[in-house]
Order: sequence, then C-alpha cells, then structure tokens
Amino acid sequence: MLSKGLKRKREEEEEKAALAVDAWWLDPGHPDVAQAAPAVASSSLFDLSVLKLHHSLRQSEPDLRHLVLVVNTLRRIQASMAPAAALPPVPSPPAAAGAADSLLASSDAALSASMASLLEDLSHIEGLSQAPQPLADEGPLGRPTGGAPPSLGALDLLGPATGCLLDDGLEGLFEDIDTSMYDSELWAPASEGFKPGPVEGPGKEEAPELDEAELDYLMDVLVGKQALERPPGPGR
Amino acid sequence: MGEDTDARKINHSFLRDHSYVTEADIISTVEFNHTGELLATGDKGGRVVIFQREPERKNGPHSQGEYDVYSTFQSHEPEFDYLKSLEIEEKINKIKWLPQQNAAHSLLSTNDKTIKLWKITERDKRPEGYNLKDEEGRLKDLSTVTSLQVPVLKPTDLMVEVSPRRVFANGHTYHINSISVNSDCETYMSADDLRINLWHLAITDRSFNIVDIKPANMEDLTEVITASEFHPHHCNLFVYSSSKGSLRLCDMRAAALCDQHAKLFEEPEDPSNRSFFSEIISSVSDVKFSHSGRYMLTRDYLTVKVWDLNMEARPIETYQVHDYLRSKLCSLYENDCIFDKFECAWNGSDSVIMTGAYNNFFRMFDRNTKRDVTLEASRESSKPRAVLKPRRVCAGGKRRRDDISVDSLDFTKKILHTAWHPAENIIAIAATNNLYIFQDKVNSEMQ
Repeated sequence: MLSKGLKRKREEEEEKAALAVDAWWLDPGHPDVAQAAPAVASSSLFDLSVLKLHHSLRQSEPDLRHLVLVVNTLRRIQASMAPAAALPPVPSPPAAAGAADSLLASSDAALSASMASLLEDLSHIEGLSQAPQPLADEGPLGRPTGGAPPSLGALDLLGPATGCLLDDGLEGLFEDIDTSMYDSELWAPASEGFKPGPVEGPGKEEAPELDEAELDYLMDVLVGKQALERPPGPGR
Repeated sequence: MGEDTDARKINHSFLRDHSYVTEADIISTVEFNHTGELLATGDKGGRVVIFQREPERKNGPHSQGEYDVYSTFQSHEPEFDYLKSLEIEEKINKIKWLPQQNAAHSLLSTNDKTIKLWKITERDKRPEGYNLKDEEGRLKDLSTVTSLQVPVLKPTDLMVEVSPRRVFANGHTYHINSISVNSDCETYMSADDLRINLWHLAITDRSFNIVDIKPANMEDLTEVITASEFHPHHCNLFVYSSSKGSLRLCDMRAAALCDQHAKLFEEPEDPSNRSFFSEIISSVSDVKFSHSGRYMLTRDYLTVKVWDLNMEARPIETYQVHDYLRSKLCSLYENDCIFDKFECAWNGSDSVIMTGAYNNFFRMFDRNTKRDVTLEASRESSKPRAVLKPRRVCAGGKRRRDDISVDSLDFTKKILHTAWHPAENIIAIAATNNLYIFQDKVNSEMQ
C-alpha cells in the first residue's frame, strides 16, 4: 500500500517491524507490552502522526476533519507514551503547560526536533495576522515571548488570534461577510511565539505593527473604500 | 418488492445494464430523484450528468427501462478566493433533488462553498412562422411581407435545457459536506465542518445559522460535523453526525440556535476494541434517515449501524462491512485510507442497506434475514447482463477458490458513493470514474 507522498524517515525494516506489531496497543494486557517494542511502535506512530499533522497544516486550506482526527490521535499517543504525566483530556492552557513540560522532558531529541521544525515551518507561512493578544505564559523552555505548549501546538496554532476583529461586539457587524480570513488561524503568526531561541525576538516585535496596517487595509476593503487587491505584508 | 424475498434472489439476480465512463472525471456524488426516473451524478470537474430511465417496452425479456444520458452541464467552476489566496475546488460534493412541483425538475448541487439551484426543463416544440424574421432568424425585408400570419408551435426534437436559478454563496467559512431539502419543500440546510445553515429556496442573500459548534477558542476544537439530514416527514427535525461518532437530533422548534440537541445518540466505546485509532474509525461518514422516518443509518469506517430514534443508548443493529481491516488500521492510517468517507443507503422498503468498500466491492445487508452479500462493480468481473457473482474476502483460514485475500485488496478502488432507487431494486454504484447501474430482474417481474 502506498502512502500519499509521505516521506519515510525510517528504514523499511523498522517500519515493517512497527507494522507487524499492529495489534500492540489493542490489548494493554498483552504480554509483549512489557517489552521495549511498544515504545518503538508508539514512537513511530507518533512521528507518523506529527508528519501527517505537518502535511495537513501545510495545505492552503486544510481538511478540518482530518486535522482534528490526527490531533486527537496524537493526543492519545502522547498520553500513552507518558502515562505519568497524566495529561488531561481537554487541557486548559496552564494545565497543558505542565503536561508539556513533562512530555518534553521525557521525549527524545528526535521528537522535539520534529515538533520544532514543524512549528518553525508553520511560522514561515504568512497569513493575515491578528491583533496582538495575550499569549499564555508557558515558556517551558524559557522562551522570551512564551506560547502555548508546542506538544499541543497543532491546535494552538489554529487558535488564533481570533481576537483580532472578532471581538463579540464586532462579530455581529460582519455576520454576512465572509470573515473566514480572520478565522483561518491555520497560518497564524501566533506560532511565532513557539520559535525556539531568543533570536527571533526582535523580528516578532515588528509583527504587531504590520498586523495593524493590514487590519486597517482590510477594514477599508470591507467598507468598500478600497478596491480589492493583494494585501500588503508578507507576500506568499 | 417483497421483504419475504429469498435473499438468494437478491444475491444472484442482479443484472448489469451499462457501464458509463464519465471521461476521466471521478464521480463524487450519486443521487436518484424522488421517482427514480432521473439519476444525477456529480464529478470532480464540477460537472453534473443526469440519466433518465427509458420507459419500459412491453416486449422482450430485457424490457426494463434502462438509463441513458439525459443532460450534462457544468455546475461549478474552479474559483479563486482573493482574500485568502485560495483556490476553491469545483468538485461537486452533494446533489439533492427537489420534489417535483411542475413539469420542470430542480436540483441543488454544491461544492465546498457555494450551493446552486438548477432547473431542468424540456422543450419539444418551437414556434414557427414569425412575421418579421425568417427561419434562420434574420430580419425579413419588409417589402416582401404581404400578409400577416400567427406563429404556430411545431413539434421538434427534444431539447433539455438547464439553467441556474439561484446561487447561494458566502454562507460557509468551512467546507460544505452535506445539503438536505426539508419536507416542507421551502427550505433546505447546508452543513460545513462547524456550522449548519438554513436557507429558503427563494432567498439567496440570507441564511440562518442553526448549529454552530465552533469553540470560542480554536485550541479547544476536538470535533467537527461530518454529515446532516432533515427528517423525511417532520420538518422541524434534523440530525447531524460528528467526527467522534455521535449523532445529534435537533428540533428547530426548541430554539433558533440548535446547539442543544434534543437527543444524543452515542454508543459507548467497546473496551476490548480500544486502540489509538478508535476515534478515527468511529467517525461517522454518512447518516441517512430511513424512508419510514423511524430509523437512522450511519456509516463509520468498519461498520454500518441502524439506530432507532427512540433509543439513544446504542444502535439496534450493527453490521460489519470489512472487519478484516481491523488489524490493518495502522497501515490504513499511514496511507490515509482510514479517513475515507463511505456513504450508505436504504432500499425503498428499508429492509436492505447498502454501502461501499474497497477493491470495487460493495456490501448489502438484509435486515430481516440477517444475510449479507459482497458484490463487485467492475467490467472485468462481469459481462453485460450477466448475473453478479457474490465475492468473498478471505482473512486467513480456509480459502476457497475465488476468494480474494485481504492483502491483495486494491485500496485505490473505493466505492464511496452509492444510491438506491426509491422504489425498485435498482442501484447506482460509482467506482472512481465509472458509474454502474444494477437492476434486479427477478424482483421487478414480481411487482
């Protein structure tokens, strides 16, 4: 069976080994669970899921159902990989931060690397930005700008910054206008907060200014003062 | 169509009428109209092809009406959303027929964002004998007109004309997955991943949002709407399914926004079958009310389930479509097949249910006899007018001669879209870019 353009990072033998133990996680009472192999199977499944998430988020308009299912599966896998972390099913940001800490501590370098690269790629995806909003103060790795835990980054990236024009009061005004561009948190520069390292700090501070210029432009478009044209800002 | 018909007759007496190759385009939806006279298909290229059943001829053994092409038109074109810099696919996601109210036929077709109402009319007469124009339409030299005549209608070759009557745009932020016409014949609903809107068929610039499951914080998004349908008789009731496998029955009389369900249908997870993929395989890909309105049929990745509207705790019947895939879920997750969305269908009397599978197989379950059959829709496996041979998938153990082993199933040949004639044993099966129409010869003679 062929996968759809997914790049295989692992050797084929390892994949076969992982697939051969397909039924692993079906039965927690299975004698083999005691062996190291389950961790291997889970880890490869985790990588696969992260890859899928990455691929899905890369789409210009991701399939929301696919995305949600992959993220939920990822959460299940994470929960099983670090049972001691007691990851709550629907974590609120502060709780998630704690879980993220322990998960990050316990996961291997490859895992962090893949998550980091995922988030890095996402932060490169330009999009209509949102008004600066208070980011959850997590900073599991002591990042200056803070951000939601990267291990649950996927949906946090979706999170947006819907704060921008979608404050409750304003939303009613634009009921009949397609505000999907504001909803599309999928390429939210809020992900900027997840970038590892302080180097990005100064760059990110510029973003809010751009945001407001873009917002003004878009407001003008909406009220018809300006003809529709490609918005300024980080071009695609 | 007797419910007491021996299941063997259903198994063995299906004939194949035609196999239509819709020229390189993958069929994305199939729908019979309310009488079964017309069959509409939509494809990835945004085209709609309508087939019409020929009137039955009295003589000959093959006198059942066969379906021929009636009309073809381009319903949706690819669009570009300039604000988001996104292409909007022209693929037709769903077609729903309106009940016929006059000589014209009407249907709704939708892509990811825009729903259109199309009117299909026939013209078999044309006026002849104009005073000012000649037969080719050119203006006559007035000096040659010496007397006046009254134009008369003369019969002409049948022409089928299709025109877009309404365009319902800008109602959806996310991708539309279902549309459903209300039994009041005045309104219809459209559902995307997070919202359901109610439209009036005559009003295009306004719609009412009746369900909104978008969380205030998108971080909290864990569930999306996968399908929805109006109750066939009660114009205030509709159901929608979710990616977590639950069904919500809503009553529009209760509130303007039906976020609070009237009933929640959910089966508790089977602990012995628990896996990382439990949620994905429980995601409901299609929901259909029975013709009686008493039951609902749902399709998830491995099963079809029949639910009684009066019982929310669990389905009353569960049928395994391809349980041999349960041990292959990891591979199917890897190649994304686990996300395939299969549809399901009732027959006219709600006694048999049908759904598609892989390898161009489709399955039928007789609810009364509890017998099931696997059939294949492919030109290689059956000649025209031959009787379909039941197939069997062998998952290990004793293997019979014509069995297909699980490992040799072709997962690129999926039958996602199927439809059953509202009254007769005629089914339409979409196999990638081919449409198969099967008729049950024996039963139609027993009418």
